[in-house]
Amino acid sequence: MFNWTNFLSQLFNGLVLGALLALISSGLTIIYGTLGVLNLAHGAMFMLGGYAGYVAYEASGSFIVAVIAATLFMLIFGVLLERLIIRHFYDRPDEDQLLVTFGLSICIVEIVRYFFSSMSKSVPPPSLFSGITSMGGVMFPTYRLALIGIVAAGLLALYLVLYRTRLGLIVRAGIEDAVMVDSLGINVYRVFMIVFGIGAMAAGFAGIVNAPVVSLTPGMGETILVQTFVVVVIGGVGSFPGAILGGLIAGEIISITSMINPGYAYIMLFAAMTLVLVVRPHGLFGKKGRA
Amino acid sequence: MSAGKLFMQRRHLIEILTAICLIAVPFVLPHIDAAPNTVNRILVWGLFGIGFDILFGYTGLLSFGQSAFYGTGGFVAAYLLTQAGFPYVVLALIIGMVAAALVGYLIGLLALRSTGIYFAMITVAIAEIFFFVEFNPLSAWTGGENGLPGVPTPSFYLGFTTIHFSGGWSLYPFIALIYFIGIVIALRIVRSPVGAILTAIRENPLRAEAVGHNVQGYKLTAFVIAAAYAGMAGGLLGVMQAFMPPDAFMFDTSGQLVMQTAIGGRATLFGPLVGAAVWLFLQDFLQATLGLGAEWKLVLGVVFVLLVVFLRQGIIGGVRDLYGFVKSRLAAEPEEAVTANKGQMAAGTQAKPLPMRPRHPVARSFTGPILQATGLTKHYGGVLANTDIDFTVNQGELRGIIGPNGAGKSTFFKMLTCEVHPTSGKIVFEGRDITGLSVTDVCQLGLTKSYQVNQLFNSLTVRQNLVISALAELRGKFKLDMLSSLSGTPGLDEHVEHTLELVNLTGRSDTPVSELAYGEKRRLEVGLALASSPSLLLLDEPLAGMSPQERVETVKLLKSISQGRTMIIIDHDMDALFELAERITVLQEGRILVEGTPDEIKSNAKVQEAYLGGVHEELKP
Repeated sequence: MFNWTNFLSQLFNGLVLGALLALISSGLTIIYGTLGVLNLAHGAMFMLGGYAGYVAYEASGSFIVAVIAATLFMLIFGVLLERLIIRHFYDRPDEDQLLVTFGLSICIVEIVRYFFSSMSKSVPPPSLFSGITSMGGVMFPTYRLALIGIVAAGLLALYLVLYRTRLGLIVRAGIEDAVMVDSLGINVYRVFMIVFGIGAMAAGFAGIVNAPVVSLTPGMGETILVQTFVVVVIGGVGSFPGAILGGLIAGEIISITSMINPGYAYIMLFAAMTLVLVVRPHGLFGKKGRA
Repeated sequence: MSAGKLFMQRRHLIEILTAICLIAVPFVLPHIDAAPNTVNRILVWGLFGIGFDILFGYTGLLSFGQSAFYGTGGFVAAYLLTQAGFPYVVLALIIGMVAAALVGYLIGLLALRSTGIYFAMITVAIAEIFFFVEFNPLSAWTGGENGLPGVPTPSFYLGFTTIHFSGGWSLYPFIALIYFIGIVIALRIVRSPVGAILTAIRENPLRAEAVGHNVQGYKLTAFVIAAAYAGMAGGLLGVMQAFMPPDAFMFDTSGQLVMQTAIGGRATLFGPLVGAAVWLFLQDFLQATLGLGAEWKLVLGVVFVLLVVFLRQGIIGGVRDLYGFVKSRLAAEPEEAVTANKGQMAAGTQAKPLPMRPRHPVARSFTGPILQATGLTKHYGGVLANTDIDFTVNQGELRGIIGPNGAGKSTFFKMLTCEVHPTSGKIVFEGRDITGLSVTDVCQLGLTKSYQVNQLFNSLTVRQNLVISALAELRGKFKLDMLSSLSGTPGLDEHVEHTLELVNLTGRSDTPVSELAYGEKRRLEVGLALASSPSLLLLDEPLAGMSPQERVETVKLLKSISQGRTMIIIDHDMDALFELAERITVLQEGRILVEGTPDEIKSNAKVQEAYLGGVHEELKP
């Protein structure tokens, strides 16, 4: 007998996970699309955002402060990282960019491990959203419901920046052709720096708002990184709408398969990716020239 | 120096030194308190890395998913030796290796559909599937998260006695022997024609395809080789630990391999071994001597980032550069200049070589035009690059194509060589319909072009560049002669020497492309096309960017090349084309404006109008 309550609940959990993946992946995909750098440290940034929020929460006791502090911290962290290290790799081969961001991810993880140990940390949900809400007989933790709204707000903010501002116009033009943007007299390096900051910020924001749902560990970024790769491959590299659709698809596949047999969740996810690759090698929204 | 020797200097010296080192290790290292298990582990990582280096260092394909093959080989071998009760350790290892190679073939078919960053992401994802498959659907066979304990060590019955390789130093000879066999095979592979082509694919896959190599096939070859090495190493891991751990399948395994290879030095074969030694000894040192806990990994991470930033080629690369630097300081610098001059002078005074014969003498029965294009049309979205072009070139002709910028000349050439496929129309080469064939196949048929923007193999020397092109001509588009040496390819040296003379680069043959002057690069660009012995050669702006002096030289060169061959040349230098070509085709706005002898073209009103925008009319009295 098919359990509808369970199914609805998993469908909803998939939505939460999907929205979260969409947010992290859009950070990864705009960085790749604009800078041409696949940031293997993106998962570590997600984790770092969570820890930054944890520190701010411990100091202030306020969840809002924690979210704002973590988000700003990751913006600055991203900008500095681009300025100090990533910038020197634009003219080097793809492999070198992968190697250096991979190395950075290890450094970030190990620094966090050094200060906070491998023991998990937790951030409680804000009191406003604590407790359980019943929706048509299905019980949900209230914060999970709120999380959808929070992440949707994050995505909306990102969308407004990308599609409704001058900076966003430049970024989208840069995804199509960075050299052309540069030759039009726009300082493309400054834009790159900001984009890397925004990408890091998106990952960090996701990290802190997700913190009350999971427990923080230094290694938590790795799983997320692999999942975002799948999202980006499904959605198409460099595509913001692709990251959102890909994120939701991935979230639902993981959740619904978990209901039937948790062991197969990832296998189904990667099977979906393989299918997309065979049918549309550049992803659902991808363009041939980008990857 | 012959072409072959370039890829295999100091032959056998490396093998002998490796053997000596491997034999010396158990006599030397115990004195510095190196644990035998660490040494064995380094060898296993080193073996794993040999295959990965062929894939990443030589072919330029950075896979983050090698754990899939390491785990596959390891678990197949371990399963046979434990659950299945299979008694032969070496045979089980080989079966594991073959299984990993087969899996590598299938995965390669999928992953190699994409390149660069996509490839890296897909390999990560695929390796992750293997991890989950091992844990869940296959846990009955693999032991799931417990792994497979009780993997036996090998023993050999020699008739009078039995040799046991149990743990520690007594297992070392067995692992060292397999490593040695692995490195000997790998050295042969990188010195073979296949190895040379893999390097070319790393440098410029597009050109490797255009000179007639089946790039996809060779990439898959490298992928399968890497999987086979990984499979053997995974099997050895189980034997060494008497336990096959499930974490062999983890992303960390792939990551550690990538880091060790980058630390030791890519494209060196020994880099992964050096990297593993640094990694594992440093780990032992930091943990045991300095008493660091988990922080050792942070130290390694920082060391790794610094290496990637400052020492691109890793430790071995750094040592090699230092050696080269010291050597060049010791050797008098003027000598280089003298050699270069001498080379140029020698080339200048030499009698012109005989023109190279086109490879495919056209069948006698076939007497029609060598190339016939009908109704060729190419649209990019709404942009009409070429519209309804009918174009015929006869045997032995030298045709010039001119036209203002944006007339669609380069698109036209790309369609003729099948680099892009026409929206409609038909191309017939030597009586054969080639529409829709691949650029590789068309090159193999004897039709190729030189590029408007140089497409060279930049880190290779002039000679190595031509070797790549000549190999496609002499071996066909795909051949797995992985174990034969490059110098054993019949006719290669003569072919390359001849091309060097034709493009007047004999004196510069051992210079890396990056050190060539622009005019020389341009000649090498033509040489790459020429080395595939085309019967129809297309040249896209061979004179572009040259000084007047270089132009005169190059026009002479083109004349000598054109003997016994059909050529079509696009250029903006009309004086040069009018001198060279028998007939000229003028393109304008994607259509043929007019066609005729140079004299007819010079006096044609339409042509003057196209170039001068009707000024001609106004100047008429």
